[in-house]
Amino acid sequence: MRKTLTTIIALALVAGGVAACGNSDSGGDGKIVLGFSQVGAESGWRTANTKSIQDSAKEAGITLKFSDAQQKQENQIKAIRTFIQQKVDVIAFSPVVESGWDTVLKEAKAKKIPVILTDRAIDSKDTSLYKTFLGSDFVEEGRRSAQWLVKATEGSTDPVTIVELQGTTGSAPAIDRKEGFAEVIKADPKFQIIASQTGDFTRAKGKEVMQAFLKAHKDIDVLYAHNDDMALGAIQAIEEAGLKPGTDIKIISVDGVKDAFVAMTEGKINVVVECNPLLGPQLMDIVKKVVDGQETPQRIVTEEGVFTADQAAAALPNRKY
Amino acid sequence: MITWTRHRLFWPVMLLVLLLLSNLFFTPDFFSIQMKQGHLYGSLIDILHFGAPLILVSLGMTLVIATGGIDLSVGAVVSISGALACWTISQQSDQGSLGVVVMAVALSLGVTALLGAWNGLLVAGAGIQPIIATLILMVAGRGVAQLITDGQIITVNSSPYKVIGGGYLATLPFSILLVAIVVAATALLTRRTALGLLLESVGGNAEASRLVGIRSRGLIAMTYIVAGLCAGVAGLMISSNVSSADGNNAGLWIELDAILAVVIGGTSLLGGRFSLTGTVIGALIIQTLSTTIYTIGVPPETTLVVKAIVVMIVCLAQSPSFRAKVFRRPGFAPPAARPGEPGPDAAPAGPADPTETKAEVPA
Repeated sequence: MRKTLTTIIALALVAGGVAACGNSDSGGDGKIVLGFSQVGAESGWRTANTKSIQDSAKEAGITLKFSDAQQKQENQIKAIRTFIQQKVDVIAFSPVVESGWDTVLKEAKAKKIPVILTDRAIDSKDTSLYKTFLGSDFVEEGRRSAQWLVKATEGSTDPVTIVELQGTTGSAPAIDRKEGFAEVIKADPKFQIIASQTGDFTRAKGKEVMQAFLKAHKDIDVLYAHNDDMALGAIQAIEEAGLKPGTDIKIISVDGVKDAFVAMTEGKINVVVECNPLLGPQLMDIVKKVVDGQETPQRIVTEEGVFTADQAAAALPNRKY
Repeated sequence: MITWTRHRLFWPVMLLVLLLLSNLFFTPDFFSIQMKQGHLYGSLIDILHFGAPLILVSLGMTLVIATGGIDLSVGAVVSISGALACWTISQQSDQGSLGVVVMAVALSLGVTALLGAWNGLLVAGAGIQPIIATLILMVAGRGVAQLITDGQIITVNSSPYKVIGGGYLATLPFSILLVAIVVAATALLTRRTALGLLLESVGGNAEASRLVGIRSRGLIAMTYIVAGLCAGVAGLMISSNVSSADGNNAGLWIELDAILAVVIGGTSLLGGRFSLTGTVIGALIIQTLSTTIYTIGVPPETTLVVKAIVVMIVCLAQSPSFRAKVFRRPGFAPPAARPGEPGPDAAPAGPADPTETKAEVPA
């Protein structure tokens, strides 16, 4: 028993030593060091986002310390604390959830390490906690989704029943996409959201929840999914119910991953509101500006489009993710 | 009637029925089952269909827990299994060929059995506490799955693979049939042979069992291999159902759901006693709860609270000591007080008594 214990301690020491070696290369050679804490790898979108950041860091000659939070806030806070200890030049992260960041960001501020938010915002009264927020406007994405629907049902007064697959409860895209969508459809009482549940941004959950929706509600006209993966899962559920996705139930989705474009060319998704993950180059520019002490605006919005089924075939070959 | 309510599984079954019935208020045709596109279609089928992987994982977990162990790594094994199968299929030029799928499935199951054996080795061979030994794979396994998938979601387009988790056979989802076979086989092996008794004996006291000539270590290691295999099959089902492997989210927290299912089913976490039927009912309660929450439209912000409350009620209701406390309030005549009726009522701890279980109909 004691022998086992000694072995474990020895192993732990070796592992610690390796980690320490990994740390010591930070700074030193004059390169900018960027600590980035990613949400996780929950969808194709996120993977494209990660890749864009990694590639553009290499191109820009910035040393990137990358950490995957596996969709847990505590991991992300841990990662940010590690970055602070390692004295990186800039910290950037996509917050898993909106709230609960004040303490750790104050620690960063005390050490004078600038923080950049990417892709998702935080809910804090103290805007001095971060330099800038680079990312999509999720509320606008919600509005665009709804605007397409308003246009598509123009001229008819028939009621339109909508089911909604929300993202991870409490996350910025889920809250904002819901809000933007509701804001636009509120204007016309013919639109009714009859069911709204979280599908955790995953295919499996999207399918499971959609199956339950289909059983509970017989007259669904429109599905609004907060991301493509949930929409793709829901499509399978709709097909198994003997209905035609895109025809019997119109599908609106957000993100614009390749699989969604494929589904759109097959007529299974009606419209995809793009949410651009390729913000690496923009991020690296901002990092350099922040290190040089230049002023940056508090909010930088990425460029995005809306794709309908008839544009899908033309756009498909250009999709990188 | 009294002997009925005293059956160990009475409360879990009652709660399952109550949960199902509560759906009627919100969806009047909740119990209707129709034929659609040549297969059965309805909420009950959905519950079985989506509950199938959980039933399988819980089944493996039951055997591990029966020996006094626990396996936290099943969730990670689920994701490795799906990732490996989808990756293998996606590497082939002809994804739809049966040979490719058989190879992918065999590879996945082989690897998951090995992972189970690794757990078994740590627990039975090295004598590490099960919760620590399996924690290693729980943490590392998800990383392995992400290595396999390269952090991406692998989408496959293979109709034979789709059958495992999303296909139909004889109007029923294939996964339900698969689970039924596995449950029946496990029940036969553990209750019609001495295997179940040996497992319970090892769970009761591994050292004493070894001294009377039972190969404790081998049996313990075997349960971890079975748990690994069950998780492997569940992983295939989950990834095949959506035709894609998601290393990060597939089977996330399923180990906790499985442990809960086992506990609701009346298997003691201390080992030495297990109920396969109870586990199946426990898993069904958990899946019914999820489906119910979706159908009645509980706002997502409060879903977890609702789940917690129901689970709490379920756990309390199936605890004999809790029921004894509540129903023995002053003003309630205790059943044992009736004169001239010594009978079975004389033993107040009746339902919790492990000796009773052996008299029961096997699974």
